[in-house]
Amino acid sequence: MYGGGYIFDEPNKRQLKDEQLHDDPEKLAAFEARIARGEKIEPGDWMPSEYRRQLIRLIEQHAHSEIIGALPEGTWITRAPGFKRKLALIAKVQDEIGHGQLLYNAAETLGKSREAMINDLLSGKSKYSNVFNYPAETWADVTVIGFLIDAAAIVNQVANAKGSYGPYCRALERICYEESFHLKQGHDAFIELATGTPAQRAMLQDALNRWWQPIMHFFGPPDKSSVHSEKLMQWKVKMASNDEMRNQFLDTYVPKIWELGLSLPDPALRKNDSTGKWEFSDPDWELFKKVINGGGPCNKERLNVRKWAEEHGRWVRKALMHPGEKITAPAA
Amino acid sequence: MENNQSLDPRVNRLQLSISGDPVVVRDGENWNVFEVFHQEKRGAHHEHVGCVHAPNAQLALVFAKEQFGRRKKCVNLWVVRSADILAFNTEDEDMFANNLEKTYRDASGFKVMEKINRYKKSGKE
Ligand SMILES: [Fe+2]
Ligand SMILES: [Fe+2]
Repeated sequence: MYGGGYIFDEPNKRQLKDEQLHDDPEKLAAFEARIARGEKIEPGDWMPSEYRRQLIRLIEQHAHSEIIGALPEGTWITRAPGFKRKLALIAKVQDEIGHGQLLYNAAETLGKSREAMINDLLSGKSKYSNVFNYPAETWADVTVIGFLIDAAAIVNQVANAKGSYGPYCRALERICYEESFHLKQGHDAFIELATGTPAQRAMLQDALNRWWQPIMHFFGPPDKSSVHSEKLMQWKVKMASNDEMRNQFLDTYVPKIWELGLSLPDPALRKNDSTGKWEFSDPDWELFKKVINGGGPCNKERLNVRKWAEEHGRWVRKALMHPGEKITAPAA
Repeated sequence: MENNQSLDPRVNRLQLSISGDPVVVRDGENWNVFEVFHQEKRGAHHEHVGCVHAPNAQLALVFAKEQFGRRKKCVNLWVVRSADILAFNTEDEDMFANNLEKTYRDASGFKVMEKINRYKKSGKE
């Protein structure tokens, strides 16, 4: 996991305009031509300040999502049913933390330190994917996360891997490789419950019912109501619209749920054969906003666990610090 | 959760009683950055694969093994402080441009068969 399509932006329009005014038009033209030719941008290149700001925001929030996303699943490591499931879950959670580190490094090449990103996470200034503000109540929740949340994240990450910023693409290439294991082990655990005893099926159906709304929220608000992102598309920061990604997800995964005789809690959900697009009832976007702004069932716990870890790990990091050492950003 | 009870028994054992004081990570607390080079098999080049944060090179190697050597084939890793990498400026890319006539550096620039054939032809007549 887990870059959702939805990337929170703090309202800061005035600064944005100011920055844009200071971009050298000649350099901007060369920069845009390079992207149009399909070339990558590297850390030492000139880039518009708005490109830099948007990428930091995107990659940083993606990194936070990996780290926080490991918490609901980490909960279940000690209780995973059987040795193989336990091993797979440990490996997956370790991968997610590794993804967080790869992504923090990519964001650091743009000039924001890892410490500053972690501080913004802890203070609530920087967000992470909304799905992780929900609890993993049963083992079936873990199979839904491993299968469907990772699947949704893969749709997003495969798209972003074709973006314009070199370090982010390289990190995503490695991440996508590992995600294929996450998806497969999740699908396998999901199928095991779906084809198991009536109690196992009921547990899975219950988890699906609870997770469907957060999954529909995952890619963010519909295109018609989200802010203008043409520039971000041209700069290959945003590679697909929220609706496109949501539709791609539904197209691949709804049939895989239905084929197991499971249902989804939306009577309007169906593929329109004439348009090729999926139709569904509008998810509750007010709830989505409320959860992003701290009102979800687990927001507080997630951040408190992170704070606890920072506080209790500090003595180790401090003991190994070299005060006065010049800290540099990653080279690439 | 209600009453601050978590579904995670480990979280409940922590007895999180966050005072509300902001937790701030100080600059440098995440240490320095090291570039990591990965060798897939004996005889292959070490290839740059990314970087790790570490307080020194020895620990950077330990973290690099965890991050870049835990799944795919690997027989060796190098680490070097990012600060010690010297690179050309990306803006100077055009100095590598190969638009000059450089076939004299290339095997394709030397046409021996033409000359041999011409020689053989001339001998027959
Ligand atoms: Fe994943
Ligand atoms: Fe991930």
